Amino acid sequence: MNPSASALSAVDDTAVADYDLAVVGSGPAGMAAAIDAAERGLSVAVIDDQPLPGGQIYRQVGDPVLQDRNVLGPDYYYGESLVQRFCAATVDRIDRASVWEAGPRHLCLSRDGRSRRLGFKALLLATGAQERPVPFPGWTLPGVMTCGAAQIMLKTSGLAPSAPLVLAGSGPLLLLLACQLLRTGIQVEAVLETTPTAHYRDALRELGGALRGWRALAKGMGLLAELKRGGVKHLGGVSELRALADSEGKLDRISYRRRGREQRIACRTLLVHQGVVPNVQLSRAVGAEHHWDALQECWRPTLDSWGASSIDNLFIAGDGSGIGGALVAEKQGRLAALAIAARLQRISDQERDAEAAPIQREIHRELAIRPFLDRLYRPAQEFLRPADDTLVCRCEEVTAGEIRRIARGGCAGPNQAKAFSRAGMGPCQGRLCGLTVSQLIAEAREVPVADVGYYRVRSPIKPITLGELAAMATPAKELGAHDAKPAPAADAKH
Amino acid sequence: MPSDSAFKRLPATPSETVQLWVEGQAVNARRGESVAAAVLAAGLGPTRTTPVSGAPRAPYCMMGICFECLMEIDGRPNTQGCMTPVAEGMQVRFQHGARASQEETA
Amino acid sequence: MSAGLMPGRCDADVAVIGGGLVGLAVALGLQEQGLKVAVVDEGDIALRASRGNFGLVWVQGKGDTCPEYARLSRLSARLWKDYAAELTDATGVDLQLSQIGGLYVCLSDDELAQRADMLSAMRDTLGGDYPFEVLDHTALKAKVPEIGPTVAGATWGPEDGHVNPLLLMRAMVQRFNQRGGLLSTEGPVLKIEPNEGGFRIHTRGQPVAAGKVVLAAGLGNRDLAPQVGLSAPVIPNRGQVLIAERVRHFLDYPTGHVRQTGEGTIQCGDSKEDVGFDPGTTTDVMAAIAARAVRMFPLLEQVKLVRAWGALRVMTPDGYPIYQQSEQHPGAYLVTCHSGVTLAAAHAGPLADWIANDRVHNELALEAFHAQRFSL
Repeated sequence: MNPSASALSAVDDTAVADYDLAVVGSGPAGMAAAIDAAERGLSVAVIDDQPLPGGQIYRQVGDPVLQDRNVLGPDYYYGESLVQRFCAATVDRIDRASVWEAGPRHLCLSRDGRSRRLGFKALLLATGAQERPVPFPGWTLPGVMTCGAAQIMLKTSGLAPSAPLVLAGSGPLLLLLACQLLRTGIQVEAVLETTPTAHYRDALRELGGALRGWRALAKGMGLLAELKRGGVKHLGGVSELRALADSEGKLDRISYRRRGREQRIACRTLLVHQGVVPNVQLSRAVGAEHHWDALQECWRPTLDSWGASSIDNLFIAGDGSGIGGALVAEKQGRLAALAIAARLQRISDQERDAEAAPIQREIHRELAIRPFLDRLYRPAQEFLRPADDTLVCRCEEVTAGEIRRIARGGCAGPNQAKAFSRAGMGPCQGRLCGLTVSQLIAEAREVPVADVGYYRVRSPIKPITLGELAAMATPAKELGAHDAKPAPAADAKH
Repeated sequence: MPSDSAFKRLPATPSETVQLWVEGQAVNARRGESVAAAVLAAGLGPTRTTPVSGAPRAPYCMMGICFECLMEIDGRPNTQGCMTPVAEGMQVRFQHGARASQEETA
Repeated sequence: MSAGLMPGRCDADVAVIGGGLVGLAVALGLQEQGLKVAVVDEGDIALRASRGNFGLVWVQGKGDTCPEYARLSRLSARLWKDYAAELTDATGVDLQLSQIGGLYVCLSDDELAQRADMLSAMRDTLGGDYPFEVLDHTALKAKVPEIGPTVAGATWGPEDGHVNPLLLMRAMVQRFNQRGGLLSTEGPVLKIEPNEGGFRIHTRGQPVAAGKVVLAAGLGNRDLAPQVGLSAPVIPNRGQVLIAERVRHFLDYPTGHVRQTGEGTIQCGDSKEDVGFDPGTTTDVMAAIAARAVRMFPLLEQVKLVRAWGALRVMTPDGYPIYQQSEQHPGAYLVTCHSGVTLAAAHAGPLADWIANDRVHNELALEAFHAQRFSL
């Protein structure tokens, strides 16, 4: 299962190509790509930070926890067969490992407190999505979690959140999770929809696509009906969401505005959600080109129809390339595998195109619903550009007001704002504030987010210890002999 | 002991139980689950206070993104609880403010 | 950002090209002299030495082959306390300035001996007025108990210190705006056009007209200087810096390679590489920096690296600054150096006085920093 010892190559750019293909992430895109690439004779390594393959969507599906399979439903257990095929494939699986750097021909990964380099001919990033950060007053209180977090706990531990429980936000996962929790028999006090009512009208313009994607639409209607049958209060038109703390600083109630009136409910767990966005940390660190998706309100890597990025032999598939969902991710992974196999001359371009055609048609069909969903579930402004007193950077505790002040004071962009405020300098490395900071600067400067840009993301994209990094030093360089003379400090000489 | 803020264990497939110690308290967990999940199931927390203002925090994303679940696990400060599987006899302490400069023997 | 700038008239008494630590220090000094100042800067993703530096206000070892530079560095370090106090009073930004001495840690006995020899020679050149101490391992451990067991010793400079360079930058921008400065982020400057009574600075936005122009564009000066009859033979020199997570305070003094910031984060540097205009990081150099830092302070072994970056220093052939007025186009000044933090107080004080009023302070020793030294 482990790659050869030559993975410990000494010099970055001459790293031995240990594998034809390195895949980062073993969700649907990564697994499907690895299976297909291995079948075509490529040597493949798949690196993932979890012990079991599946990604977040099929997390733990190879060793399911919940007795009642009805809770998570067939869409989850669909992943079982994919995971089985993946585990049977001739692929080196490197589990519980985090990739903290990637270059054109190698990546650095950390496993059990030790780092090593791994060389490749082609790299596929299948790092999936993360939940969109949902800043609102009180979102840092213990007791406030994301819907994704609650679903992960259902999948990995069979845990249901403590009561009283409220779900708030917007997007398909909000309804799905509410139903899944309901099926466990626990009580859901309320589901608060923050989707602005205008978005329903806006989404109707895409009804044609939605009807072509009727299966997804039917599923959504089914969830709504299930909530209603379960007697769950499902309230639309909610705004000004706030989480409030007890004397110990834990969540004990929330407030919101609906139909012009402020409401309060007691609440021990608040699960929030405003959709998911591509996890672009690694693709940015590698230096791939990205662009702003104004409809999905997120950055996505700029790719051709095969998933090839602006960087030679770097491919991206799945939700990390733009949100399409698990089924699309799986098919994008297969397309990328075909393109990589052709690039490495294991199949001809004709073979590639012939095999790709049906997959491309399936992707097209699966994506038909997206414009409808994207318009409907665009987050409300209060979550994209929160009020001044809301914390934006959870790690360094920087408020929206602070970012706005800096932006109005003539700051050039997010990187300057980061330098001035420390937003994005904490351990999460900007994952939970980056989108908001760009939005706030765009607002203050009255320019599109696309013109504002994003944090410059750099290695290491996961914190590693200095000791672990130091252990990668080649002996000659340990003592600072990387300079002809002992290396003086930036300012210590001259 | 489980408090009113404990997450509820639902009927689950059979699995081994491991015992770990959270702030000196014995906690039973399902083998394979994360420290963060075990702590939430035991109703314990907040799991850290921030180094900036001392505000209380608890696990938020459970998938390694937010770094809110930083705890001291087996003497290693600032370790992500949601990315660390439980182990028998594991010692977990909550992370108060900035990490110590050296491992402190508990 | 340039809403206040109108074409066809004089927008400012002085236009400073470059909004980094060097340009802003000069700009603030010129404002202090009562002048109306415009700063023409680039956008968010520029080659910025100011964002990548180590924050040292440093004296020891600087100017070992140039006594004028040694004197200038000491002068600036002396001026720093008042300079920081004024900036903090005006902006409310605490710069985290500490000037209680600094250490240059040497791993081997050879390294320590070489360093001691260099500092002794400097003391001789400067007529005996050059304070430093050589600390062996025991003396160093008394000062810094966390020092590693294999470290040979350190040299101690009582005048050394450090500051938070990002907060310094923030305070400077804030102060500049407070005083009604014109800050444009529409650079890079495409062309400087000398005309009657001044200069016109062309960017992708509206041009800026000013009576005088100061070139403080770091590496950008290389192409700008010839347009006003000056020469700036500067080349990039990359340094990589590592930043580790917040740790409870353990290190009182800055060292040449490791320092603990006011927030508690650990900054490790540094390296020197001639890599052209590539500000990236490389695993090898990062690993070497980490290895050196861990050997100096073994407790750092378990501390997590949060980010790393490379920044390009602005180096002249001899490493010393260029301060020069154009003979061909009087009113055009070149200001370039790679110690924008240490020299900030001197740039805001005597250097700005020279540019504003043609007053030459003796300590500046301008003739020593003329670019002609490179063509002799």
